[in-house]
This record gives sequence, C-alpha cells and structure tokens, in this order.
Amino acid sequence: MIGLVPVSVATGLLSSVPALLAFSVAPMAHLSTLDIAVIATYFGMVIWIGFYLKGRSNTSEEFFMAGREMTAWIAGLSFVSANLGSLELMGWAGSAYQYGILATHWYWVGAIPAMLFLGLVMMPFYYVSKTHSVPGYLNLRYGEHARVLAAVSFALEMILMSGVNMFAMAVVMKVVLGWSITFSILVSAFAVTLYVALGGLRSAIFNEVLQFVLIWGGAMLVPILGLIQAGGVNGLKTKIIANMHSDSYFHLWRDTGSFAANPMGVHWTGIVFGLGFAISFGYWTTDFLVVQRVLAAHNLRAARMAPIIGSFFKMAVPFIVILPGLLGLVLLQNPDGSRRQLVGEDVVAACSVDTTSSKVADPAACSEAMTSKTNLTTAAQEKVLSAAPGTELSSYNQALPLMMVRYLGPGLLGLGITALIAGFMSGMAGNVSAFSTVWTYDLYKPLINKKGSDSHYVMVGRISIVLGVLVSIGAGYLVQKSHGIMDYVQALFSIFIAPLLATILLGMFWKRATKIAGFLGLLFGIVFSVSLFVWVHLNPANLRYVALSPYAKPMAENVFRALWACLFTAVVIFLVSMVTKPRPAAELEGLVYGVTPLPKEDPVPFYKNEWTWAILVVIIFAVLNILFW
Amino acid sequence: MRGSGIPIWFFIGVLLSIYGLMIFGYGVYEWNTGSYPPLVQLTNLHTPVWWGGILALLGFFYVVKFRPGRASK
Repeated sequence: MIGLVPVSVATGLLSSVPALLAFSVAPMAHLSTLDIAVIATYFGMVIWIGFYLKGRSNTSEEFFMAGREMTAWIAGLSFVSANLGSLELMGWAGSAYQYGILATHWYWVGAIPAMLFLGLVMMPFYYVSKTHSVPGYLNLRYGEHARVLAAVSFALEMILMSGVNMFAMAVVMKVVLGWSITFSILVSAFAVTLYVALGGLRSAIFNEVLQFVLIWGGAMLVPILGLIQAGGVNGLKTKIIANMHSDSYFHLWRDTGSFAANPMGVHWTGIVFGLGFAISFGYWTTDFLVVQRVLAAHNLRAARMAPIIGSFFKMAVPFIVILPGLLGLVLLQNPDGSRRQLVGEDVVAACSVDTTSSKVADPAACSEAMTSKTNLTTAAQEKVLSAAPGTELSSYNQALPLMMVRYLGPGLLGLGITALIAGFMSGMAGNVSAFSTVWTYDLYKPLINKKGSDSHYVMVGRISIVLGVLVSIGAGYLVQKSHGIMDYVQALFSIFIAPLLATILLGMFWKRATKIAGFLGLLFGIVFSVSLFVWVHLNPANLRYVALSPYAKPMAENVFRALWACLFTAVVIFLVSMVTKPRPAAELEGLVYGVTPLPKEDPVPFYKNEWTWAILVVIIFAVLNILFW
Repeated sequence: MRGSGIPIWFFIGVLLSIYGLMIFGYGVYEWNTGSYPPLVQLTNLHTPVWWGGILALLGFFYVVKFRPGRASK
C-alpha cells in the first residue's frame, strides 16, 4: 500500500525517474536462467489460481466478498499482506538505513493498536451490518450523499494508486534488472487483470497469502546471513556505533522528545497521536482495501481474530525490512572494499551518467549535490565524477535489493525478485478488486442500474476490473510524463483517510451524530485536509505551523496533517449534530454502539478466544517497545 | 478457506516444493562443482542447499496435508 510508504521512497524514487530513464543506469543484478524459471513459475501459478477460481466466482457474493468463507488465518494473512507491498519493503529498509529503528514505529505503534481495535471493537458493527464496503456502512449510517462522496474519493484513490504501483514496479525492475518499463507494465497488468477478473476477491486474497509466503521465503535469508556476517546483534551494534558515531540508531523513543534530537525530525506527540491514531486507525480500520479482507471471513469470531493474527506477523515484519537496512549500514561495500555509502535519490539523479558520452551528465550539479547532501570524502566524490564502472551511486531505497544481490545466488535471487514482483502485483490486485467492489455496489448499483440481476453485477465487476487496469496503465504513464503527480497521489491517502476515520468513529460510537453532520463533516474534512496540503506544498516553510515546530521535517507533515484533519472533521460533525435532528435509536440498530445487541458467540476454550491472543499481542508489543526504548 | 475445493495452502505447497527442488538442486550442483557466483558472500555456508531443502520439505508437508479431497473443513 503506497499510502504508508515513507516519504523518501514515494517522493524520491519516482521523482528522480527522468534522470534514471534518460541516462544510463547499470542494472544492479543479472538474472540467471534459474532465476527466470523461478519468476516464470510464479506467473504460471497465479494464472492457474485465477482459472481454477473462475468456477467458484459466479455470484456477486462469491465474486466481491469471496463467498464470505475465509478462515481467520487466511483473512488475517491477506489483511496484513495487503499492506506489505514492495515499495514499502524497499522504502522502509532505506529509511532504516537513514534513521535506524525509528522506522519501526510504522510497524508497531503505527499498526498494532489499530489492528486490535478493529478486531475487538469495530468489527462487530461492520460484520453485523452485512455491508459490502466501507462506503456501504456510511450509507447505512449517514445516507446516500456520504456514501457517494466516500465511494468516489476511494475509487479515484484506488485507480491512481494502482497506476502508481504499476509504474513504481516498472521503475524498480528497470533499476534493479534493466528491464524495459513498458515490458514490466504490460506483463504485470496482464497477469493481474487475468487472475482478478477471473476469480474476483477470492483470487486476490489467495495471491496475497501466496505473496506473504514468498516475501518471507525470499527476504528472510538477507537478515539471517547479514547477522552471521556482522557477528550477531552485538557485532552489528558495535559496528554501527563505530561507523556512525551514534547509538540513536537503536532507540525507538529516547530521542523523540524534540524534533531536532532525531534524524527523522519527528516528535513523540506526532508519532503517538498523528501516526498511532489518525493515520494508523484511519488506514487499518476504515480503508476498504484492508477491511474488505476481514469482511470476507466466514463468521464474526473469524473476522475478529483475523486482525489479531495479522498483528503478530506485522510485529515481525521489521525483521525482514528494518534489519536489512541497519545491516546495510555496515556491510555494503564498494568494489575496492571500502564502505559503500548510500545517498538520496536526488543525488543519484544529479550524478546520472550520459549514455552517449559515458560521463557524468552534469559534473557541477553532481559535485554540488554530493558536497551539500552527503558525507562522501573528496576521494570518493572524485571516483563518482570519473564515471568509471562500479563507481555509480546507489540510493537509500536500493538498500534491500543491494543486500539481496550481496547474499543471494542463482535461484535464491530469483526468489527474492519474485517476492518483490509478487508484492507489487498483489498491491495492484488489491487496488483493483477494492475499486471493482466500490464501483459496482456503491456507484453503479445505486446510481445507474438498481434493478440488475446478480449475474449482471458480476459482469459489471469483471468489466470494471479490466477498465480499472486500463485506466491504471494510463495513470502510470501520466506519472511518467509528469512526475509531480506522484506527490499528489501520495497525498491522497492521508487527505481522505483522516476525515473518514473521524466520520466513521463518531458514527459508530455516538448515536447523536446526524446524517447531514456525517456528510458535511466528511466533505469539509477533506477540503480542510486538501487545503493544508496545498498550503505546505506552495510554501514548504508553512510546515512549521502544521507540525508546530521549525525543526519538523517532511516525515512529520503527513502525521500532523492527518491529526488536524481528523480533529477538524470531528468538530464539524459535533457542531452540526447539535443543531440538527438525530435519527431514532431504532434506525441505528446494528450500526451504532449502545443500540446494537451484539450476537452471542459460542463459548470456546481460552486458546481460541480472541481476547487471549489480543492480550498476548499487547504484552509482546509493550516488551518490544521497552526493549528498544 | 472453508468449503470444498482446493485450499490455498495446497497451491502454496506446490509452489514451495517446486522452488525448493530447483534451489536445492542448484545448491548441490554448486557444492559439487565448486562454481560459486563470484560476487555473492558467504557461499561457504551453502545456503541454497539448506534453504532449498527447508522450502521443499515445507512444500511437501503442505501438499500432502492439504491435497485435494483431504482438506480439513
């Protein structure tokens, strides 16, 4: 999911595309025949799954909701996998290289509390209402206008995200393997269209679980082998302190008392309230892309268990993402054996080599970028300017692929690359399957054709997937032509999600919230969020007002903007509700806490009870935070 | 997934088995011939052999346990 991708990769990798594509970029790796066979096997498998599931996706309930027959394990793995895209893996490994384990906040405080809250508190309302989508819940609670507003913004977001995801994959394949952009886009788009249009949500979920296994199978070797070479955890710590002259790389909270005390430029209030509440709760509890996976569970207990199972795996992800970034700090080497320093994408772009002259295209700009933005020695800078083979700069975002190339030989490298491709493709599949559901149920059915047959809506869903992918390809090429668009697409996530969170939370837990208040709160919340984004975009100095500090860095912008947008929406809903007529309590049954009799669940042994596992998650979460304080 | 049909775990088992065998086979070849990729680190650990073996065993387990017609509800 691109929305949670760090700013460094979102605005870095893609914004430097012109330079990456215009000039020669030596591929980081060359695949052997065995690697190609591994990748081809994966494509064969996903297409096989698509064709197999076609016969089990004939009704709308089967096609859009996977028949609501997923077990807690499958729904849980799919739920967490929908957020485990390749851009995220590469971006957070790069962030760990830059900022140390501060990046882990996005996996722990930025996910675990929200996942538990979804499973234990919110899921009964989503599940009991039998809604097909999050906009569908808004329709039941606030009426048609709120549903259409949420559905249109979500559908737009999904299509653009899918296009950006597709293009990002093509760029990564170009940089890592030297593949053509068009080849990567067409192959991935074809495979995703085929298996999602055939098998619907069930196919998307199957492939997400498959991707989850592949990511662990392909990426887990990197930290294992890296730790062996670094001399274990203690060896890694000693080497990082010796190289970086700081132990702040190992602390989650200690240096977050002020914006200036940590390299990320964030404050603990932003992490706890902005990331841990507004962004995290917004994403994990109201983004239909992930909630759809849990709605496909076969009963309420499975739906409640799914996010809790997912939270165990979410807590473990830093092992394959953050640790390789930290290991890269001490293990990556230049061909001459010296420590290889990674730099920002802007520096890589400034030092691109011209294909015709085989020289750095703009030596002055390259020299200026290296001097002002890196710690490279004069000798190292001269090597880069010489443009000799093996002296090219690599960016932070390439930390994970570089570590893969360092340890994975034929076959294993193919598995690692397959894991990245699978991550991209399942991200696209998630986007288009969620788009298809929202388009069919929340836009086409209520606004265009209310009386279609069940098979008609399945056909509309299939067609919308094909059209959605085609529009995504267009969006991908639009990003290629106009790279500033990436900034806006990235911002869409935090612009929409925070107002939606406040709207749903108040709707679910405050029966006094009225229909018109919900619609106006969501509308004005989105307008407010867009305004904040534009205000900072036009003048970056305004960030100090949004994040409340002159030392705040771009990473702080998203979290504080989300926090203010969420609070603003809540205030609008509160004020409008107080002057408008509330709905009768009887109409809110099944939708709002306090007027909804929750279904009684059959008693189960303690080891099958969701509360037991949730308590265990809380204990592990607390221990990890204290351990890495 | 509940109900009839091939469970996802079977597909995962098939894929892991194929990958495991391919990687294990290459690892054995590499070990026998001593032709290690020059830029790859820690080749002395023979990673493809043991990692390929683990993947294959895990894959076989899933294929057998979740083979069509035997999937637990």
